[in-house]
Amino acid sequence: MSFAYGETRALDGIGFAVRRGEIFGLLGPNGGGKTTLFRILATLLKPARGSARVAGVDVATEPHLVRRHIGVVFQAPSLDVKLTVHENLWHQGHLYGMRGAELEERIDTMLGRVGLRERRDAIVETLSGGMRRRVDLAKGLLHRPALVLLDEPTTGLDPGARLDLWSYIEEARSREGLSVLITTHLMEDADRCDRLAIVDRGRIVALDTPDALRESVGGDVIVARTHAPAALAAAIQERFSEQVEVIDQTVRVRRNRGHEFVPLLFNAFPGQIDAISVGKPTLEDVFIQRTGHHLWSEQP
Amino acid sequence: MNARLGNVWLPTATLWWREIVRFYRQPTRIVGAFGTPLLFWLLLGAGLGASFRPGGAASGPNYLEYFYPGTIVLVVLFTAIFSTISVIEDRREGFLQAVLVAPVPRSAVVLGKILGGTTLALGQAVLLLAAAPFLGLHLTLVSVAFLTIILFVIAFGLTTLGFLIAWRMDSTQGFHAIMNLALIPMWLLSGAFFPAAGGPLWLRLVMAANPLTYGLAALRRGFYPTGLPVGPEVPSLLLSVVLISGFAVLAFWIARIETNRPLTVGLA
Repeated sequence: MSFAYGETRALDGIGFAVRRGEIFGLLGPNGGGKTTLFRILATLLKPARGSARVAGVDVATEPHLVRRHIGVVFQAPSLDVKLTVHENLWHQGHLYGMRGAELEERIDTMLGRVGLRERRDAIVETLSGGMRRRVDLAKGLLHRPALVLLDEPTTGLDPGARLDLWSYIEEARSREGLSVLITTHLMEDADRCDRLAIVDRGRIVALDTPDALRESVGGDVIVARTHAPAALAAAIQERFSEQVEVIDQTVRVRRNRGHEFVPLLFNAFPGQIDAISVGKPTLEDVFIQRTGHHLWSEQP
Repeated sequence: MNARLGNVWLPTATLWWREIVRFYRQPTRIVGAFGTPLLFWLLLGAGLGASFRPGGAASGPNYLEYFYPGTIVLVVLFTAIFSTISVIEDRREGFLQAVLVAPVPRSAVVLGKILGGTTLALGQAVLLLAAAPFLGLHLTLVSVAFLTIILFVIAFGLTTLGFLIAWRMDSTQGFHAIMNLALIPMWLLSGAFFPAAGGPLWLRLVMAANPLTYGLAALRRGFYPTGLPVGPEVPSLLLSVVLISGFAVLAFWIARIETNRPLTVGLA
């Protein structure tokens, strides 16, 4: 699937499938194409080439049918802050053709699940950011979608609220057999997905479970901080013939038995290394290995 | 197709109701939409009353009376504008995002929003009709019914116009600019503030091309079922009703087409 805004190619030949009952993550920097992909799947944009299907229905040719099957939680809250929690859900139900006692029952269930039953009649603008996010989630799940799309759902939440949100997402998945597609630029979120696609500059650069992705990097990652990273990297490369990368003023080396390599480095380049650390590869290392740049840094 | 049609009324009704609830939860909006025109009316009516001689006639309605239908239309205009301006922010971060991905036909989205604004504008305009007896205007049940219908058409047309402007706009500042440069002049040049007669030709042409001129004329004639008092010429009742209704229908038709085209503004 591809998409371009004018001359700017936002998506460039992307393809993947989310399995039933799976939490599938799209990890990548802002501006990497995640949100464009999200908007196509949410039926707000049409792909320029290729197609996307939800429950066997094409998003471009039959958006109306797709909309029944998806729940969408936007990055920016989609709540009417002048209305109460209940009113927001009540309107949402009506938009999906639910009404009367069936709707009331479902609203009550969903409010119970996200722990907001007592705040049912509170005006949304009096709620905290974390509570609003939970209302948004309840709203997206109200009509029992087969697939829920979450765009950076934990942005702006404190760690406690983020954990809460994840427990609600996981509970909804196990109770309703829901498939979840989540976009994020946060490693903590990415780690919780069943499978993960790393998206960079409109392409998928890696797709696997978070564990398998980490293992694919292999060995340990040694990160050295220095005042002259380029020179040190060249010297390490020459002396030890290791693959060395310079990223954000740090020198990174991947190597088995990393702890044994640290004293060798110190002995070889006395006084040139300010600080050094050894660790198992993280998803960030996976990202760096596949893209050659940091998740947070400006793209070259 | 049937499933889609059966699907229109519940979302339309729910979106309409949301507009009403939002309005009464924000008392400042009521003050803004109702208070400002009322203040204009009383101050301008008092200040200009002495020098106002419509069309050079020696006798005729005083200014407070002349300006009265225009004040009602201004209340309608302000309410219509303020109820549609929220579309701009709502679409980017707010309620409207979720509506656009719901299995709801776009016509229900448009209709719910516009009927909401129309209801609010109409409610305030009808309240203002209570001032008529103080101006010596005698209203009957029939004339009130007629005025309400005309006000509905004007409110619907203006709310739709506001919606159309807001739909593709990406900032509320832009909307305010259009409001000052197009919507307020549209009202000023509708015969609300001064009659066309006596003005230069170009002004009379602009006023004749302004759809709101006919809304105002229909309203003005509705207040005087037995014939207008001596004063400025006003388009005939039939012409006025046809043209203002045509304007409302055309605006809605364009809004339906516009909303079915994919959005680009504010979605990137």
